[in-house]
Amino acid sequence: MINTQEIQLWEVFIRPRNGLAHRHCGSLHAADAEMALQAARDVYTRRGEGLSVWVIPSAQIVASDPQDRDQMFDPADDKIYRHPSFYEIPDDVGHM
Amino acid sequence: MQKATFLALIRLADDHLILGHRLSEWCGHAPMLEEDLAMPNIALDLIGQARALYSYAGEIEAAGRDEDALAFGRIEREYQNLLICELENGDFAQTMLRQFYFASFMLLLWEQAQRSSNTILAAIAAKAVKEAKYHRRHCGEWVIRLGDGTDESALRMQAACAVLEPYLAEFFQVDEVVLEMSKNSILPDPLSLRAAWLADVCEVFGAAKIAPPDLSHAHKGGRKGRHTEAMGHLLAQLQYMQRSFPNMTW
Repeated sequence: MINTQEIQLWEVFIRPRNGLAHRHCGSLHAADAEMALQAARDVYTRRGEGLSVWVIPSAQIVASDPQDRDQMFDPADDKIYRHPSFYEIPDDVGHM
Repeated sequence: MQKATFLALIRLADDHLILGHRLSEWCGHAPMLEEDLAMPNIALDLIGQARALYSYAGEIEAAGRDEDALAFGRIEREYQNLLICELENGDFAQTMLRQFYFASFMLLLWEQAQRSSNTILAAIAAKAVKEAKYHRRHCGEWVIRLGDGTDESALRMQAACAVLEPYLAEFFQVDEVVLEMSKNSILPDPLSLRAAWLADVCEVFGAAKIAPPDLSHAHKGGRKGRHTEAMGHLLAQLQYMQRSFPNMTW
């Protein structure tokens, strides 16, 4: 086996249909962008899952630090007024 | 004419079945997980194309042989695949180079065959051309990366070139079956594809820093059923289930 530690990791995003957003579906190893795109096609679209593929070097993703979870996300917990759930929606508006 | 069409279909089907079988041998053994899916994907495309060709050949022959009978029920001398298809895989470089040679050739052939006077063959070609386009792209990119990669990958790609070179001219061999097909606009004369094929190979080889192949010496015989030593071993494995349990189904 090739030592995949030396080969770059990529995140794969697939758009299943026109009008939908690309969604993260997994990751893979590839040496460069073209091979990553082909590997994404071969690994994640074998059963007709996609019409469009994005691949992004995992190292390029900037992620929040799990240790910052309290300061990042807890302050939103008690701001219930931010949810639009206190409005009466007239029946004839239909599905929103 | 029907006989020539039958033979031409069998040749193409045999190329695809035998090469697809060889490629399927990589399943579970590829150098990385991603390629362990990519190679069987290609193998399944090839075997799917073989099925369509065998089924149609069986209809034309009208002797009651279906795709399974043609794929699994013949003896070695009745297979008419190109010798390059039956050679052992060698390493990953050799496998990818052979796949690139074949995909580049088949892409050109299917492109022409889409305009075949035979509408069934034209329909088979229209489906196959999309698959061949991706095979050519995927394998071509690997040839470039291995040829112009590390010292070891370059050496392996050069060794692969040397092993496969004597089997290339057989692609373009012309005989009475080929002439009958091109005269009736059923399938193109492979010789007419040679210049475009060589240009495609040279473009990829240029990027891969590999010298163009020399087509002057050729092993031939596949189209007459004369095979290399590798063929008997391949068929023993390929035919095992149908020989042991004739007409078995899943």
